[in-house]
Amino acid sequence: MLNSIMLMLLVGVFVGILGSILGIGGGMIITPVLTLGMGLDIKYAIGASLIAVIATSSGATIAYLRDNVLNLRVAMFLEIATSVGAIVGALLTGVLNPIFLYILFGLLLFFSGANMVRKLWGKNSDQITHTDDKIAQDLRLNGSYYDKNLHKEIDYGVTNVPTGFGIMFGAGIASGLLGIGSGAFKVIAMDTFMKMPLKPSSSTSNLMMGVTAAASATIYFFNGSILPQIAVPLALGIIVGAAVGSRIMQMMPTRLMRIIFIPILLYLGLQMILKGFGVTI
Amino acid sequence: MKQTKQPAASEMRSVEQTIGKILRWGVVVAAIIMILGLLLYLINGSLGVATNYHVKNFHEILFGILNGKPYAIMMAGIFALILTPVLRVVVSIYSFYREHDSLYVVITSLVLVILLTSFWLGIEFHL
Repeated sequence: MLNSIMLMLLVGVFVGILGSILGIGGGMIITPVLTLGMGLDIKYAIGASLIAVIATSSGATIAYLRDNVLNLRVAMFLEIATSVGAIVGALLTGVLNPIFLYILFGLLLFFSGANMVRKLWGKNSDQITHTDDKIAQDLRLNGSYYDKNLHKEIDYGVTNVPTGFGIMFGAGIASGLLGIGSGAFKVIAMDTFMKMPLKPSSSTSNLMMGVTAAASATIYFFNGSILPQIAVPLALGIIVGAAVGSRIMQMMPTRLMRIIFIPILLYLGLQMILKGFGVTI
Repeated sequence: MKQTKQPAASEMRSVEQTIGKILRWGVVVAAIIMILGLLLYLINGSLGVATNYHVKNFHEILFGILNGKPYAIMMAGIFALILTPVLRVVVSIYSFYREHDSLYVVITSLVLVILLTSFWLGIEFHL
């Protein structure tokens, strides 16, 4: 008993650090540890992942709000798309063949991974866009944040708002229908399509992730898929890890964040495409 | 454009500070309940409930807490954690209202309505 609690605490710290830096939930780490490592039913792994998403989100958002890294307006505006998408996704369960979605989202992850590689090697990598996007201005989405790595305040513009909104809606459908945390897609919508810098994208995704997950959490809470002896030590570890990670991220060069993110996107993309063909890894 | 942007940025700053503070309290409270439950679980050596039991409503949690069941206390902590994102949305509405940002009061309220709808759909229809 003590061993499994210690293991969950440690896994939690690791997931919390990685998740808070990249703006993802960490289900891809938790699920294999619980199912393959501890022989637990996938149902309990999903329940634990959901709690992990909320813990990462709440643990990291505290620091990101305090240090003014995230963009609250972008978060709330896009949250409309993800949460409606999540409900639609849940309603579509059993109606839509998930194969196509898995493949579609797998390809989107590959595309974004490739795009990130391009940004990594490109001459003007991570150049800040200053656009006069009409929708972004009307919605006052443009923002600024203090980069603790570059030691300066960075003003940035937001563009392609309808495309970003659409991707977010898709991300919501995916999380409702496929039962996945859609943190990676949220970062993609902001970083790849709306041209936001990576740090505000990741921290804004962190804030949104918790809200999306909370929407389906009550279902899991009352249907018996949450084992408190697993979820509690995991959540406690994550809160600590996320508090640490959200401080590390602000000091990190954006380049390093991309270097960590790219293999994760490719792994997730591969995982989804294989799942579409019925292979689970 | 720069001139209209500066006051907006400082407004946003205070909104974010307020939400950050309230959110910290929410997380601390959830963590304390979870730690208490976990300690009790370690001391008792069991969850205090039958193997296949799972909680089905709030009454059972309350009853379990009153009986000092580690399971119920840990689940209460988890539920408190689930509420922190909801708290974040509610406080955001209030903060935007205080900053006279009516567009975002509407947008954030819409998010809350959608969130509550999904809670309701989940509990009533088991989506």
